[in-house]
Amino acid sequence: MIEIKNIHKKFGKNKVLKGIDLEIPNQGIFAVLGPNGSGKTTLIKSILGMVVPDQGEIFIQGKRTHANGLYRKNIDYLPQIANFPGNLGVKELLGMIKDLRGGNAQADHLIKLFHLEPFLDKKLSNLSGGTKQKVNIVLTFMFDSPLIILDEPTTGLDPIALLHLKELIQREKEKGKTILVTSHIMSFVEEISDEIVFILEGKIYFKGNIHQLREKTQQTDFEHAIAHLLMKNHA
Amino acid sequence: MLKILKYSFFDLIRSRWSYVYLLFYLLLSFVLLFLNQDLSKAVITLMNVIIILVPLIGTIFGVMYYYNSKEFTELLLAQPVKRSSIFLGQYLGVALSLVMSLVLGLGIPFVLYGLFQSGAIWNFSLLLITGAMLTFIFTALAFNIALYNENKIKGFSYAILLWLFLAVIYDGLFLMSLIMFETYPLDKFTLIATTFNPIDLSRILILLKLDIAALLGYTGAVFQKFFGTNLGLFAALSTLMIWVVLPVLNIARKAKKKDF
Repeated sequence: MIEIKNIHKKFGKNKVLKGIDLEIPNQGIFAVLGPNGSGKTTLIKSILGMVVPDQGEIFIQGKRTHANGLYRKNIDYLPQIANFPGNLGVKELLGMIKDLRGGNAQADHLIKLFHLEPFLDKKLSNLSGGTKQKVNIVLTFMFDSPLIILDEPTTGLDPIALLHLKELIQREKEKGKTILVTSHIMSFVEEISDEIVFILEGKIYFKGNIHQLREKTQQTDFEHAIAHLLMKNHA
Repeated sequence: MLKILKYSFFDLIRSRWSYVYLLFYLLLSFVLLFLNQDLSKAVITLMNVIIILVPLIGTIFGVMYYYNSKEFTELLLAQPVKRSSIFLGQYLGVALSLVMSLVLGLGIPFVLYGLFQSGAIWNFSLLLITGAMLTFIFTALAFNIALYNENKIKGFSYAILLWLFLAVIYDGLFLMSLIMFETYPLDKFTLIATTFNPIDLSRILILLKLDIAALLGYTGAVFQKFFGTNLGLFAALSTLMIWVVLPVLNIARKAKKKDF
């Protein structure tokens, strides 16, 4: 589905990605983990074409990503920080993105699910962080694309919304989609992901499922296993 | 690109600043017409104001809009839209809404005052065209500055400096060099130096049309002598066009390579 070949990226002197090779199979939930600043978001943004890699190639469904960005039609992306133009209303924003992307979008059931009805006519700058994140989720899931990329989807969500999000992700997975997630909430990752990739200092440090990770680190607890990976490397 | 242009444009004409800008021009034209009691004279006075003010507003608005719409831009970048469309759409949105304020703000009072019955209509249209050109040029330059500078404060300072340089300092340096080298033939130097400053070019353009070029300054006289009125108009206009096209091309070029 996604094939990443030898991606390098540096910002100024800071080398963020140092040769990432990765193959993400069709169908399933794929978690990208790593400490802060390890290059998770840069990797995701490279797939999306928001960051231009210095070197390397990315193929999505066998097709090389192109600078014109039209391949993004098949990707639903949830950005890490929900930044929206503040003078737009929620409804206007939904309408605008629908208009820009074309195709049919179903937002109504999502709006109901996250109880966003009272906010539809409010301006985005007046919404709380969690509510913005819910709008962000609606924007991402209202399209029906085969690939979904979620960058820290849990930020600011209350427990009920978090439950709904997990259900939503499971449902999309059952439709046969590929879902790419980054998160720092280990319990969330443990619960939903089929496979994980651990990135450290711009390189892939571990790839496999949670079971393999436990075996490799000799830890029964997932959170401890990740911590073990980190400490072993820094020791 | 048209969709982006539409959203930027409507976003801008809903904002308070467009109206402030429009009101300012309305007020300015009414006052000038009232004081001058003559359309042609009002055009000349307006020219002096426009040539300094339009670039300033274009630069400030351009930089401000770019930094303020960062969130909007980031949202758009994740959509299946070409990067060049995003930035050119936003640029055109800003420039067109400014041009609209300018045309309406100056146009309404002049039309009410009987512009269509007077001989000043061509001079006035040229004034509007020049104002529009200057808006396009300086908004494009502002977008360039903003694209190259992540830091808002830096971007603003460079934008103001650019305006100050082209509107004020350039003329001073130019005059000084003319005095320093007065023993040499300076026609060619003058011509070339003028084309490097869109504000000077616009001034000459209008002065040529008003046929008072020889009265106002050395550059105007050289221009007229060199080209004659019609050819001079044409040369100045096409140079202004180049001043629009080059920065716009650079916006598209830089936008393609930038990381977000």
